[in-house]
Amino acid sequence: MEPVTESLLLVVVVATALAFDFTNGFHDTGNAMATSIATRALKPKQAVLLSASLNLVGAFLSLTVAATIATGIVDADVVTLGVVLAGLAGGIIWNLVTWLLGLPSSSSHALIGGVVGAVLAAAGSQGVLWDGLISKVLIPALIAPIVAIAVASVGTRLVTRFTQDVEQDDNDRLFRWGQIGSASLVSLAHGTNDAQKSMGIILLALIAAGAVPEDSGVPFWVILSCALAMALGTYLGGWRVIRTLGKGLVELESRQGMAAETSSAAVILLSSHFGYSLSTTHVATGSILGSGVGMKGASVRWSVAGRMFLAWLITVPCAGLVGAAAYGLGAVVGGGVGSFVVFGALIAVSGAIWYLSKREPVGHHNVNDEWKPKADNESILAESVVDHNMKLMRVSKKGKRRKVEGMR
Amino acid sequence: MSQYIEWDALGNIVLWGLIVGAGLPTLFALGVRAVEGPGARDEEGHIPTFRKILGGLCFGIAALAVVGAIAYIAAGGH
Repeated sequence: MEPVTESLLLVVVVATALAFDFTNGFHDTGNAMATSIATRALKPKQAVLLSASLNLVGAFLSLTVAATIATGIVDADVVTLGVVLAGLAGGIIWNLVTWLLGLPSSSSHALIGGVVGAVLAAAGSQGVLWDGLISKVLIPALIAPIVAIAVASVGTRLVTRFTQDVEQDDNDRLFRWGQIGSASLVSLAHGTNDAQKSMGIILLALIAAGAVPEDSGVPFWVILSCALAMALGTYLGGWRVIRTLGKGLVELESRQGMAAETSSAAVILLSSHFGYSLSTTHVATGSILGSGVGMKGASVRWSVAGRMFLAWLITVPCAGLVGAAAYGLGAVVGGGVGSFVVFGALIAVSGAIWYLSKREPVGHHNVNDEWKPKADNESILAESVVDHNMKLMRVSKKGKRRKVEGMR
Repeated sequence: MSQYIEWDALGNIVLWGLIVGAGLPTLFALGVRAVEGPGARDEEGHIPTFRKILGGLCFGIAALAVVGAIAYIAAGGH
């Protein structure tokens, strides 16, 4: 390959890795801050600013970066720059699609899925270590929420039991601080963990292109740019995901928020301590569900949770499909030009998703609005018949009218 | 199935998760109960010293745990 093309390719891979880092921060703000925003312990803007700052600090806090990607899941020998680029594209697109749908899903699983798909396209099924994929990715996705639900529900039950005869105002005032502290820990751990993934990818690309020696540490500009990309993503806040986590699953109050975030922080840190990595997103979502399970009289919207679990199960295959398609596109066009075509396509698809999101924008202004599922006319009719409540029908007419106005 | 799940690690995560992840909020709740629970304030609205100390102890341990966790993250133990 021409040296100029090669260095341009490197620039493309680094830019894509930073873009992934950005979507990672963007997508995962809710894991730490959704509960604090929903319980109004922090104003939405304050919450994302705090979380972004802590992600930034977290990225500098610990630098045990390894130049590996999807270790033990794909055959390291088949991972080329083209595979990394296609894998990143798969991760980014899946992150954006789930964001558009307001579904929290694991950014690391999206990346792994993208890489697995690209490897499948590049080297066939023997390039993937299937046992590793099952035991390190798919099964933990099922286990993480169960563990988190258990811990958070026990915590919530005990907390509410001991504070049931304390004035609600006093509870809110004091638990607010516990909530901010525990949510900050989750942000910090996220910054340390996830920024390192992108640093590792960029380091890998630099080594592969011969820009730095093989035993090189992470250059400072890589650390800085990864930290900034993630902090910027976090600050812009994936408000759709925040809304689902904070308002969609459970109606939260400060005691539940505190129990949920402490459970998240504890399970995330313990799981990495014991070498059994669980996804931050899966743990955080499970904890929020658990805080609803453990709260007497609280209802959990299991239908929303069910959609999430489904999204987690299809994250790897879907991101894999995109990764495989991206790799195929690059291979068909061929060479350095192929990579630029992949990059261009990635920008085009991302732009389209962003355009779609503008139809029903969710931002700091409406993130805490009441959760109203979009009910179709038939189910409203059924409900009104079952409850013998014709008022429900009137609501439906109103909704219809509003819808018509909205379409104009 | 068993070759796909690291049961030892999982058991440890659940056990310590319950102790730390559910225990700390409970401790915090006991602190809240100490300073604002029923009967915590006398007629003039003052909180007795022993309740303040008890509450401070609970909140202090919770704050220490946060500091410890930050040190743990910084030490690269995760």
